[in-house]
Amino acid sequence: MADPMKIRATAKDGMTEVKILMSHEMETGQRKDAAGAVIPAWYITEVTAQHNGKTVLQAEFGTSVSKNPYLSFKFKGGAKGDKILVSWVDTKDDKRSDEATIA
Amino acid sequence: MNKQRRNTLKSASGLGVLGLFVAAGLIKPEMAMAVEDKKAFDAKSMTEAYGAIGSGTPVASKEITINAPDIAENGAVVPVSVISRLGKTQQIYILIEKNPSMLAAAFTFLEGSEPEVTTRVKMGQTSNLHAMVKADGKYFFATKEVKVTMGGCGG
Repeated sequence: MADPMKIRATAKDGMTEVKILMSHEMETGQRKDAAGAVIPAWYITEVTAQHNGKTVLQAEFGTSVSKNPYLSFKFKGGAKGDKILVSWVDTKDDKRSDEATIA
Repeated sequence: MNKQRRNTLKSASGLGVLGLFVAAGLIKPEMAMAVEDKKAFDAKSMTEAYGAIGSGTPVASKEITINAPDIAENGAVVPVSVISRLGKTQQIYILIEKNPSMLAAAFTFLEGSEPEVTTRVKMGQTSNLHAMVKADGKYFFATKEVKVTMGGCGG
């Protein structure tokens, strides 16, 4: 299991801003190691963000997304104490879900 | 007595895990709708990417704003944010013209989410960034050139 995500969600003027920092290598499959062997691609393909169990944003990533992907977005509604659940899936079928509370 | 309590606890936690699985299962159908875009991530040219997304040739629009640096010192981490002011924005795609994998990311906005997103991408060399927006079933785009002094896909 990969390292936990850092999720920060803040509600302001009826909008909630969510900032997510995922911990992932995001290998492109283009790089070579010291011995010249290609390092196989390994990256996050799907990210889903849910607010109180309802999906608000869905993202698909390719290899061009930076290592330790950062993502921020906003949605209408959301109150202090509401739950934000973010999950991702990578090319090795590894999964991770983390939850945060709106502040 | 004590043992029974232990068993009860065990089965209760077992149920909790089951619940999680069900929740995970519930996410699935929504994810399925975006799968058709998968081929787009392997596209080797802009035309191919557009074809895989099924967008046809998008129309240039001033209603899309790309915020990215003019010069990126480190191509491995280029902050990009895309804001769409087009009504009924459904999806935002970020494409990098000269990367081996052009389509960097695709975002689907569901009810209530604002059509703006910020992320960080890799850029192998100086290139145009394309932001394509699907709004009300039609596709629009905007571009911005980012000069890269140090590539981010080095080997």
